[in-house]
Amino acid sequence: MLDQSYYQKADEIIAFYGKKPSSLIPVMQDIQGVYRYLPGELLTYIAKEIGVKEAKAYSVATFYENFSFEQKGKYVIKVCDGTACHVRKSAAILDAFMKELGLSDKKHTTDDMLFTVETVSCLGACGLAPTCTVNDEVHPNMTPEKVVGLITELRGEC
Amino acid sequence: MGFMIIDGRKVEFTDEKNILTVIRKAGIDVPTLCYHSELSTFGACRLCTVEDDRGRTFASCSEEPRDGMVIYTNSEKVRKYRKLIVELLLAAHCRDCTTCIKSGECVLQELAHRLGVKKVRFQNTREERPLDFSSPAIVRDPNKCILCGNCVRVCDEIQGIGAIDFAYRGTDAMVMPAFDRQIAETDCVNCGQCRVFCPTGAITIRTNIGEVWKALADKDTRVVAQIAPAVRVAAGDAFGLPKGENAMGKIVAALHRMGFDEVFDTSYSADLTIMEESAEFLKRLEKGENLPLLTSCCPAWVKFVQDQFPDYKENISTCRSPQQMFSAVIKEYYRNPEHAEGKKTVVVSIMPCTAKKMEAERPNSYTKGEKDTDIVITTTELTRMIRTAGIALDKIEVESCDMPFGIASGAGVIFGVTGGVTEAVIRRLVPGHGNAVMDSIAEAGMRGEEGIKEFSITYEGKELNICVASGLANARKVMEQVQSGEKQYHLIEIMACRRGCIMGGGQPIPAGPRHKEARAKGLYRADGNMAIKKCTENPLMDVFYNGEDFKGKAHELLHNPF
Repeated sequence: MLDQSYYQKADEIIAFYGKKPSSLIPVMQDIQGVYRYLPGELLTYIAKEIGVKEAKAYSVATFYENFSFEQKGKYVIKVCDGTACHVRKSAAILDAFMKELGLSDKKHTTDDMLFTVETVSCLGACGLAPTCTVNDEVHPNMTPEKVVGLITELRGEC
Repeated sequence: MGFMIIDGRKVEFTDEKNILTVIRKAGIDVPTLCYHSELSTFGACRLCTVEDDRGRTFASCSEEPRDGMVIYTNSEKVRKYRKLIVELLLAAHCRDCTTCIKSGECVLQELAHRLGVKKVRFQNTREERPLDFSSPAIVRDPNKCILCGNCVRVCDEIQGIGAIDFAYRGTDAMVMPAFDRQIAETDCVNCGQCRVFCPTGAITIRTNIGEVWKALADKDTRVVAQIAPAVRVAAGDAFGLPKGENAMGKIVAALHRMGFDEVFDTSYSADLTIMEESAEFLKRLEKGENLPLLTSCCPAWVKFVQDQFPDYKENISTCRSPQQMFSAVIKEYYRNPEHAEGKKTVVVSIMPCTAKKMEAERPNSYTKGEKDTDIVITTTELTRMIRTAGIALDKIEVESCDMPFGIASGAGVIFGVTGGVTEAVIRRLVPGHGNAVMDSIAEAGMRGEEGIKEFSITYEGKELNICVASGLANARKVMEQVQSGEKQYHLIEIMACRRGCIMGGGQPIPAGPRHKEARAKGLYRADGNMAIKKCTENPLMDVFYNGEDFKGKAHELLHNPF
């Protein structure tokens, strides 16, 4: 069960965009903006409120990679695997992150809810390849060694 | 308005919404998997691809006809495309055709055959998914889904439920309920229209044939069948009988041959329904409470009201549906040891409907702690049984229903088509019997295939507003207008399936537009052939209400306990 505050927040956001089917995506985005994920119960709730069938809302939420039903860590690390990064060995960067944080193909978030590691197809910073972002802050010319340093640094911050 | 050249021949078009319709009207059967004239155009399967005079190819379902167009429907290029599309679909599809329940009715199978796909060169890389057996009405097999979206659109657009939709995308795309739940955990009303529109075996009827054969094989069991009105105009389809022909006598004969001990016509209990429902209606009119009266014959509709308009639960007629009334009456009759003759009774209900399977399981479908309807099979399952038994339905001589419940009125028979219940109620209310009276009732406005019909009749100086609708999306419209106070009715008849039970979720599938008309006509013709036009004239009503067997039991047997 979600805390009541989640529903209140959802009500606020829905009120801002209006109770209409076309509000679905902006409402979902804002909720994910607040909580860093889209709680399933909340999706059911907003679908009902704005008059969209639950299955349709689920369809939209699963269509876009951007929406996540799983809670994400405090630091969301996106490793670029676009063409430029890929040829400059981004796979090794991803491996380094996973190894350092004990993550795998199936497990994307650390148990302490600090880190989530994802891949993205292109960050548009090909000149800085291989690259990654931490909560939208770009880190250029990554190496496996720099990965270890970055994690240590982020851990130190909290 | 204009002319097109299709395969070198000049073809006129008027207001057709797409080229596909023009092509089909010209007598060319361009294949499709995702196109349905009653649903929105989806353009997903691309099988209706045609070529124009500049070598451009496009999906004919999604293109408006223009004057002077030159179209080729059977060019080398188009044939190659279509064949490849089917080959690719088959690559990600289970290919156990011989054991698939849909075999012989599967559009994908037919097209593979028709387009000459002899070999599938690609490997199936799709992950195998579990089947969904959660519903009493349908079975979902995601491994046979080709993502045409027909089920998604019919559920949303025609039925207004939206229980299933696409999820994920690209090669991961699948059709499923929200959060990959089981279908029984959704708002699904079990109408089975998804199964009617599914071109493959991805959604099929949950079959209960095995239980029927088992009961028939047991010497100590009396197997009693009741046959719903709409079954008689569809069961003949699979045996080459003319579309919409009333095959009731042949069905009865076939059931007798299969070993059914007694065969009855649900139209009999439709008469009981009208006796009870009219009385209830008049009582409510007098007291002015719980109006509009909502009909309770259609279980999908009843579930729809309970789920979506709970404020109107009290408006639903307390009458059981004809199926449940009849089963309760049959069970009660054989509770008398004199009639039982030491045998156990199993009631098999033969319905055009998948939701009836759910209705039979409902907690209020029990009398004296006993389940009233033991087994429900659909028309489609009935034809499978007749085939298994090797009975040639087209050749068998007709037989009539058994007594003591073998007489029904024409009013009971037309229950199978939208507006039928209303017409039967009005026949009961209006005095007189003659053709002129019947004709004037028939013209009041309840007949015809429009989704929502409204009309008024005058009864004892009072004007009664009546609404007849079919398709749950239409039902939602009606209910929303009632809720907002915009419309005021005294009686609302809803059938969940468009055009009523004749197009129910359990009926044989290949039903083109002319089929629908033929089935409705078949029922009206059956009514026309009957001497007894209304329930009050059915001599068995007097036997029921005043005879020894059921005296004083009417309320217990014919109304829902809660």
